[in-house]
Amino acid sequence: MSQKHEKLIDKKGLRLDGRKPEELRSVQIEVGILPNADGSAYIQQGKNKILAGVYGPRELHPKHLALPDRTVLRCRYHMAPFSVQERKSPAPSRREIELSKVIRESLEPSIFLEYYPRTGIDLFIEVLQADGGTRCASITAASLALADAGIPMQDLVAACAAGKIDDIVVLDLMDTEDKIGSADVPVALMPNLNAITLLQMDGILTFEEFEKAVNLALEGCRKIHAMQKEALKTKYVNVKEVEE
Amino acid sequence: MSTFFEKRQLVTPGDMLAEGTYVAGENTYKKDDKIYASRLGLVEYKDKMVNVVALKAFYIPKLGDTVIGVIVEVGFNGWTVDIHSPYLAVLRASEVLSRPFRPQENDLSKVLNAGDLVIAKIIAYDRSHDPRLTVGEPGLGKITRGQIVKITPTKIPRVIGRNGSMVSMIKQETGSHIILGQNGLVLITGKTLENEQLAIMAIQKIENESHISGLTDRIAQAIKKEKAKQKEEVKNESKT
Repeated sequence: MSQKHEKLIDKKGLRLDGRKPEELRSVQIEVGILPNADGSAYIQQGKNKILAGVYGPRELHPKHLALPDRTVLRCRYHMAPFSVQERKSPAPSRREIELSKVIRESLEPSIFLEYYPRTGIDLFIEVLQADGGTRCASITAASLALADAGIPMQDLVAACAAGKIDDIVVLDLMDTEDKIGSADVPVALMPNLNAITLLQMDGILTFEEFEKAVNLALEGCRKIHAMQKEALKTKYVNVKEVEE
Repeated sequence: MSTFFEKRQLVTPGDMLAEGTYVAGENTYKKDDKIYASRLGLVEYKDKMVNVVALKAFYIPKLGDTVIGVIVEVGFNGWTVDIHSPYLAVLRASEVLSRPFRPQENDLSKVLNAGDLVIAKIIAYDRSHDPRLTVGEPGLGKITRGQIVKITPTKIPRVIGRNGSMVSMIKQETGSHIILGQNGLVLITGKTLENEQLAIMAIQKIENESHISGLTDRIAQAIKKEKAKQKEEVKNESKT
């Protein structure tokens, strides 16, 4: 398939956007940017721009959804109509409903859901601009928004994808690489506990390539985790600087 | 047996705080002899106890706490009260009316209506039941005047200060009366609007800067500065 298109990796071994195979896109994270929400975060990963907002724990409506022994985490992943080249219908698509579920399930293990029974946490993820790997960037931002809301959690969740393009295993695929390339492996990790909360694969990889991709993605998660911690602390350190 | 952070250092959820025979305190949890943080906050090691003072949290009802709430619904035999917590509280009519209560005769919305603010005390709460309130003690009841400030509930102890030093200082400096709800709502009633604004400024400053040392002095200074500014404004107004 990749023969029909231009090469994804040039003679120097660099990718379309000039990255090395094991390089992340540039990441900027900001925490607590929505004053109305209980917790929020904004992430830019390459051309991805994603906003996450958290409300709760709060009284759950409709009430029959409430569980007697734990909190219900509800998640909505949504792409803005202008987030991609061709206008995307604002109604939730099959893909968005699935991603909402996948993101929810990758975050649930990190939260102490049993602390606040009969309540609900609402998580909203809005993709303003998409360029491949939005589920991973969404998980990264959503986890920060949950921490910012003061929800007790075991660990932050950092996510990153690896994949195969032109028979080489690379980190953090962007849109074209994802579409033309031959495989994509998104991974979410709780770095301090060393526990994987999401592992998917789309495409074909040999056992060796799969192992290499997972390890590469885990390394990416750890790098992103360091940036997450930095962003979370920055919100409070800035107050200090204003004062002095 | 070792600890991995300095006292009062900022930690994020999942940071390993200590290893060995330590006891997990507030906002921490234990897994395989290791203690991790579960919230963003400042670590504190006290003997064998590891605590994290959270920078942001929501209010979880506790027996005996004084809270400030808003009536959201008038029911047949009581009120539903929003106490800025994940759970709505219940205030029964029998707690408010001293005489025997008959639903046919008494119109509860004449006593307390939706939107009214009350100071109340929590008399019952557990995991499976919503908190129950009472107003049958001196100092509790409907709020008729003053201003409300909302801060994150974890900062209430900082507004109180050591043995109430902070709150009494603010009361003295601003000449306002302050009632702290454990749920993060603070009622301020002063003689003048300026007094109230002074106190609000001070409390909001505490919320933003409580994790930086030397708080009481900084707040006292800020109040003095603001007072001077207000005087200046009054002077300018009288000139023009």
